[in-house]
Amino acid sequence: MATDTIVGIDLGTTNSLVAYMQGDSPVVIPGEDGLNLVPSVVALTLDENEKNQIVVGNAARRYLIETPERAVYSVKRLMGRGAEDIQDELKLFPFKLADDLQEGEVLRIKIGERTYTPPEISALVLRQLKRNAERFFGVPVTQAVITVPAYFNDAQRQATKDAGRIAGLNVLRLVNEPTAASLAYGLDKKKNGIIVVYDLGGGTFDISILKLHDGIFEVIATNGNTHLGGDDIDNLLIAIALDDIRGDLGLDLRRNGEAMARIRKAVIEAKIALSSEPAVKLDIDLPGGKKYQREISLDGFEQMIQPIIDRTVGPCKQALKDAGLKPEQIDEVVLVGGSTRIPKVRWLVQDLFGRAPHTDLNPDEVVALGAAVQAHILGGGSEITQDMLLLDVTPLSLGIEVAGGVTDKIILRNSTVPASATQYYTTQVDGQTNVAIHVLQGERELARDCRSLARFDLKGVPPMTAGMARIEVKFLIDANGILRVSAREQRSGQEAEIDVQPSYGLTDEQVENMLLESYDYAEEDFRQRQVIEARREADTILTALAKGKKNEAWREITNDERRNVETLERALIAVKDGDDYHAIRAGIDALNEATTRLAELMMDTAVSTALKGKAMDGADLEEGPQSGHRVAKADFK
Amino acid sequence: MMPGEATPRCWSCGTMGAVQFCSACGKVQPPVPVDYFVFFGFPRKLNLDTAALEKEFYALSRRLHPDVFGQADDRERAWSLEQSSMLNDAYRTLKDPIKRTEYLLRLEGIELEEQSKQATEKARATGELKKQVVPPDLLEEVFELNMHLEELRVQKKMGEDDPALLEEIGKAKLSLEEKYDALLNELKAEWNKWDKAVDGGTEDNGDEADRRRILDQMVDVLNRRNYIRNLVRDVNEAME
Repeated sequence: MATDTIVGIDLGTTNSLVAYMQGDSPVVIPGEDGLNLVPSVVALTLDENEKNQIVVGNAARRYLIETPERAVYSVKRLMGRGAEDIQDELKLFPFKLADDLQEGEVLRIKIGERTYTPPEISALVLRQLKRNAERFFGVPVTQAVITVPAYFNDAQRQATKDAGRIAGLNVLRLVNEPTAASLAYGLDKKKNGIIVVYDLGGGTFDISILKLHDGIFEVIATNGNTHLGGDDIDNLLIAIALDDIRGDLGLDLRRNGEAMARIRKAVIEAKIALSSEPAVKLDIDLPGGKKYQREISLDGFEQMIQPIIDRTVGPCKQALKDAGLKPEQIDEVVLVGGSTRIPKVRWLVQDLFGRAPHTDLNPDEVVALGAAVQAHILGGGSEITQDMLLLDVTPLSLGIEVAGGVTDKIILRNSTVPASATQYYTTQVDGQTNVAIHVLQGERELARDCRSLARFDLKGVPPMTAGMARIEVKFLIDANGILRVSAREQRSGQEAEIDVQPSYGLTDEQVENMLLESYDYAEEDFRQRQVIEARREADTILTALAKGKKNEAWREITNDERRNVETLERALIAVKDGDDYHAIRAGIDALNEATTRLAELMMDTAVSTALKGKAMDGADLEEGPQSGHRVAKADFK
Repeated sequence: MMPGEATPRCWSCGTMGAVQFCSACGKVQPPVPVDYFVFFGFPRKLNLDTAALEKEFYALSRRLHPDVFGQADDRERAWSLEQSSMLNDAYRTLKDPIKRTEYLLRLEGIELEEQSKQATEKARATGELKKQVVPPDLLEEVFELNMHLEELRVQKKMGEDDPALLEEIGKAKLSLEEKYDALLNELKAEWNKWDKAVDGGTEDNGDEADRRRILDQMVDVLNRRNYIRNLVRDVNEAME
């Protein structure tokens, strides 16, 4: 049933994608523009009535240059973080924090005159992907698997899950990106052995080592850095350009949003070009009619980025050590993430693991494809996935603060999830009814050096003599890598009430409120959107038909056929401006059907313009996913 | 998770005797507090066929993992989550020879000093002596090593470099590492004794004291092992 389709989503720093399992293979669902990648860019524009409109993806990209104060990118870097963690980010990215931000509050980012939390901005990207999928299937999509960097901590995972909920998606599972990639990779390979996934994306780096065994994908060790990626290369190139411009032209452009956005766009293009060219020329128009020109050679580029890509070496070595493996024991190396297109990165990986990495997968799409496979498994699976099972690990140790500010680790990193640990607490004072627990994540010895996850206040402990209460607290990391805590006072058998104060993150109530705002309109939105899109499609086919009538093929069909086409044409015109989606849809389908022979004749007579609906856009025909589109539609009618 | 030998009854069809799923209808069961050995259906012995353990772990994972219950009701999903976390915890503990030994010791009522901070705190609170003392056979070696390490730290501060000293420390470290590895064999000898006692023993023929001796011996080996591990860590830090 189409209504049950669970989609797989790669919510990336730079680009996001949505995919699903079409028969035995995962495919990416393109947007209305026919493109698979949806840039993770959100802009707030003003329409003709001065009303705010949210624009997402490719359409939002131009606002990064036109109205940089009304557009954001790379918001994934802010997910699950507090104001004090992002000072470095604020220097390098044009994020503007809300002026009225209170201490301890979840970050809010200014876009135009509004403010949004990072999960809300991510939710806007997710909503776009959801819409793309709904447009593709023709029915609402409510369930998804979303990928996260393997090295994401609890707060970052929770923020991602919140974003899903805000977007109206039931997030069935968060899957680690490298693990998802291995699923897509292993689907048709069906091999046993040890594989390494090296995932260098726009903003995050992950390394995962997996053991593949008869369909079981067991992660043995994972490591990474959630603030390392292509963005860092861009920022370095921008810094160099700004230095040059200040030195040569005497211009300080750091506060000039538009110029900054222009420079950023140019250096990204240069970076991409350098993956296949020996040198590129930067040529950027600056304010006051000035120009910045510079040639970057591949050699120079590689020297510049060496310190950045070298930062991936430590995590790789640590992961190998944790897995208890030597490089020669690795059977395959898989590259994921756009930044692995850089030849220097490939060399580095080859040096580290002593073998040439696989480059046959599209590093931009493989994570989304893997998410689709996992979505399919969660939906009940089919023959091709029935033996497949992911066993992932928690990337960071879970600890609790004990006397002296020391971290007592209770679940070690690289433990297979779900994983649990039970701790016992007692009271210090007679009649004490509350016990406070501070939960941490990280590898350091001292609590202050670890990441504070949350403070739990166990309430409702029955009053007893000090030391008499025996409170059993169970910490469980679920398959999403998210912590759940339950507590019970053992002498009374009473469930202790747990009051959680997440150190970083939205409360359930806040998420609920954000959700309700968009939920009010969700159903209505969907129907309206369906009508608008069907109307657009009707216009396309009617225009094509008008052209077709001028073609000589029009004279070659029979009188009956012509009459039939014209009747259906009038019928479609009559319904297309109404609000009845089904009527418009039926009208389109009928006219499509009736004009099939006309279209064929037009093709035969070597007229290149195809007639039918979407096929009007010739370029789309050549893209794989478009043909997927039509097959999928046929399934659900 | 201490042993509670109550035989569970399937919530769905009422059959007795299931730990993870009902043997009759195959439904996942609410977790019962059994120890990790019982969970895997293994005797409480220390020589363990790790290949068989891994095979069983994969087989149980295929039936218990939350992914398999994607479409099940809330109750079964919650049970699968708890059962598979127990499976993973049990596997992690049993597959590692040291963790397995420590776990068995705890099952037998022995809290290891090094093992738990709670035990340490309790020991401090009650004024009990900690068992952590320098193993007698190491006294001389440790004394000498500590002097060398102190010397190295002083030299480092002065920015001096003495290859002879480094070589000396390196040799000591190597010897410690050899001892460390040898202790695993010593531990395995105790495993054999324990397993034999489990096989041959009935509770009431007076071998309780025998078992106790074997367990104490294992505690001793583990303590010495931990001591050496900490020492090697100190050496590595000093040489960095």
